[in-house]
Formats: sequence, C-alpha cells, structure tokens
Amino acid sequence: MSRKPEKLIDKKGLRLDGRKPDELRPIKIEVGVLPNTDGSAYIQQGKNKILAGVYGPRELHPKHLALPDRTVLRCRYRMAPFSVQERKSPAPSRRDIELSKVIREALEPSVFLEYYPRTGIDIHIEVLQADGGTRCASITAASLALADAGIPMQDLVTACAAGKVDNTIVLDLMDTEDKEGGADVPVALMPNLNAITLLQMDGILSLEEFEKAANLALEGCRKIYPMQKEALKAKYVSVKEVEE
Amino acid sequence: MPTFFERRQLVTPGDLLAEGEYIPGENTYKVDQKIYASKLGLVEYEDKKVDVVALRAFYVPKVGDTVIGTIVEVGFNGWTVDISSPYPALLRASDVLSRPFRPQRNDLSEVLNAGDLVIAKIIDYDRAHDPQLTVSEPGLGKITRGQVVEITPTKIPRLIGRKGSMISMIKKETDCHIILGHNGTILVTGKRLENEQLAIMAIHKIEEESHTAGLTDRITQMIEKEKKKQKEEKKNESKT
Repeated sequence: MSRKPEKLIDKKGLRLDGRKPDELRPIKIEVGVLPNTDGSAYIQQGKNKILAGVYGPRELHPKHLALPDRTVLRCRYRMAPFSVQERKSPAPSRRDIELSKVIREALEPSVFLEYYPRTGIDIHIEVLQADGGTRCASITAASLALADAGIPMQDLVTACAAGKVDNTIVLDLMDTEDKEGGADVPVALMPNLNAITLLQMDGILSLEEFEKAANLALEGCRKIYPMQKEALKAKYVSVKEVEE
Repeated sequence: MPTFFERRQLVTPGDLLAEGEYIPGENTYKVDQKIYASKLGLVEYEDKKVDVVALRAFYVPKVGDTVIGTIVEVGFNGWTVDISSPYPALLRASDVLSRPFRPQRNDLSEVLNAGDLVIAKIIDYDRAHDPQLTVSEPGLGKITRGQVVEITPTKIPRLIGRKGSMISMIKKETDCHIILGHNGTILVTGKRLENEQLAIMAIHKIEEESHTAGLTDRITQMIEKEKKKQKEEKKNESKT
C-alpha cells in the first residue's frame, strides 16, 4: 500500500497529479456500449472506470413492488472485486447499498416516472476501477444510460465533487485526496433547470468553506455537462458523417 | 417568442427548444412558457407546435395499433402476448374461438401455443389496464410463414414514408408482402427467399439512416444494385 504523502498540495499550488485546484480530471464518455441492455454508458474520469446499463421500463418483478401511479426506479451500484488495490469482497457492502440509494435519489427527479405506471426501470452500475468520486461519475454515466434507453427525462443529471485538501478548496477529488484530505462535497445538478438533486458533505467545513466548495462543484458539473451531451450525440452524428 | 434550434437538429433531454406561445408536442414538456426536450431526437417546429422525433424509444401501446407479438403464456381463458412494450398484452380465448369454449374441455395450447407469433390489433388500453388484443379482423391472426424483423418503433413512420411512398416502393421492388407492426416488429413474406432477404436489408438500412435526407432514392438504388448482384450469382451457379 502507498504511504500517506507529506503534502497534498506543493509549493506551486499544484496537486499530487499536477492539477490546479479548480481543474477536473480528464474525462472520456461513451454511450451505447452494451448492446444487450436498453441503454448504456461508459465513463472514464481520471483512473475511474465505470459502466452503467439500463433496462426498462418493463414489467416489474416481483409484482407486489409495482406502484399504480408511477414507475419504480431501482438502482444497483457495485464495485468489482478488482476495482481497488486490496480485493473487495463481491458481496454488497453497506457502502454499496447506501450508494445505490443515493444515486437512485439523485436520478429520480430527472425522470418522468408518472408516464409508465406499474412498470420498473433497472439501473446497474458496475465500478471496474475506483479512484475517488465514483458516486459522481456513476450518476453522470447512469443519467446518460437512461437517455440512451429512450426514457423521457427533464434533463440530464451531472455530478461532481469538491472538497478541502491542505486547507485549500479543490475540485474533483481523487482517492488519496479524499482519504487524507479534510472534507468532500459531492453535488449532482440538472444544469438546464439549475436544480440540485444531490448534496452531501463528509468531513468538517466552515460555512464559508462549504459555500465555496459547493459552488466549485456546481461549476465542475457545468463543465462536465457539455461533454455528456457530446457523448450522447456522438453515437448518431457518426452515422450521419459516414454517409456524407 | 424565439425558438432556439433549427429544424431537424439533434437535441438532448433538457434542451430549451422554444419560449413563449408554443404548444408542446411529442417528447417535450412545458414549464413557465418554456418548452424543453425530454428525449434524444430531432426537433420539428410546425406552426406553433414543437415536436421531438425520438431516435431511441420503446413501444407505448395505443388503441387501434396493429402489432406483431409472441405468445408467452397460455392461461385458462386466454393468452399473454409479448408485444415488446413495457406492458404484456392479453388475448382472450373468446376472441379467437368463434364457438363457445369450456376451459375443462378445450385445450387452448392447441389453438395458439407459447412461441407462436400473432398479428393483432389493440382494442383496449389505458394507464390502469394492460393492453387487450383482438384477432377477429381480416388479416389478423397466427403467422404461418415469412420472416420477422425488429426495429426501433419510432422508425416505423419513416419506413412508411410520405403517404406510404417508402413502403410501397419496397413492396413493389422486392415483390414481398410486408406487414408493419406499430411496435416495431415487421413481417416480410415473399415468394422466394432472396426477395425476403432483399426487403430485410432495405429495412435495416432505413433504420440506420432514418434521420438523413434523400433516403427513398438511395434505397431504390441499393435494391436495384442488389438485384443485379443476385442475378449474376445465379448465372454463375448455373454455369458451374
């Protein structure tokens, strides 16, 4: 295991991986990668590698869970045993179950659930490699998978975290910064409607610091949003170009 | 009252399409005089109405639609049919059998068994009830021959074309009988296997390129080219 580094931010104000405090990790998004699902997306954010697949809306099993007035959204977040340095047990941990709920609640406001009563939508998120901020990357990918499945939505959901490292407010924390740093504030946003769907805080921040961190995270979301849209469109634009 | 996109431009969920006195059409929603897209698709502005033609969608049942489905379950007084929509459809035994039947004596699986394909029409559906089918109209019932193709249901209007131009062209050129299910399932029956394959090829090409212009002409060209190829292959075979 790697030891704790002495300083998380060097004299020049750069972070462990050479980023500026308000800089995102490089992001690569692809949509429609799993032909067996109704909709899917893959995201690479720094060293994070996450796959999201969506089924539905379809008949809900077990049937007693179905609601007469809306769709039931179910979400399953899992980390692969090989996603972290020390093998993670494949059994769903407390953290997996909690994150499933958190991600579901971040996505629920964006979907028009009342359109298809008595049905269910299943979201499966598989973390292949984790390096901090997986819940945010998962939300970004899962929202794209929902759009790819043709499910009516108010807006795409984009998520990004900010936090405190060595008394500096920084954007998009990676694993070491998350563990050794002071605090972590993940935020999910529907950018066109300017509505926040997830806001958490882990650690200790003063009121000013929190406000600064939350605003920085929102700014990050707005930077990721255009990339998300591009990825969604790319699948169809490429078809168009081949012909012309 | 501005609009923010050009006609037939690609939009994603949440894109602001128009502001002011516009009417939200398909795959859009309105909040405070603003119309947004709710699906990935192409925008259409028509007079005061704003529509999004979805590129990816699933079939939502509508009363009066013709659909092609697979029997998945034989019940006491009817069948459950998979019509590739979020809801399973029901087909009543009394609708299929003209004579009165008794569940004790008649075996429904002799009439239609699991795995059979049927062409049917939706006669009843709303939010609270699963769609109900009928086969008691001419042209409906069990499928005995032909090939089945599945495409995205939103592409069916493109396959039909303006006033049926596209589909009648394919029918004429390939000499096939084609039935379009609104749920995206298509039945192709031709006199020869090559004809069916040709029609299926054309259908897949339309599905892939549905959002491009001048498609009918390109499809006509493609069919003619393939026809020539098939003829040549036949000549070669007869030579050897």
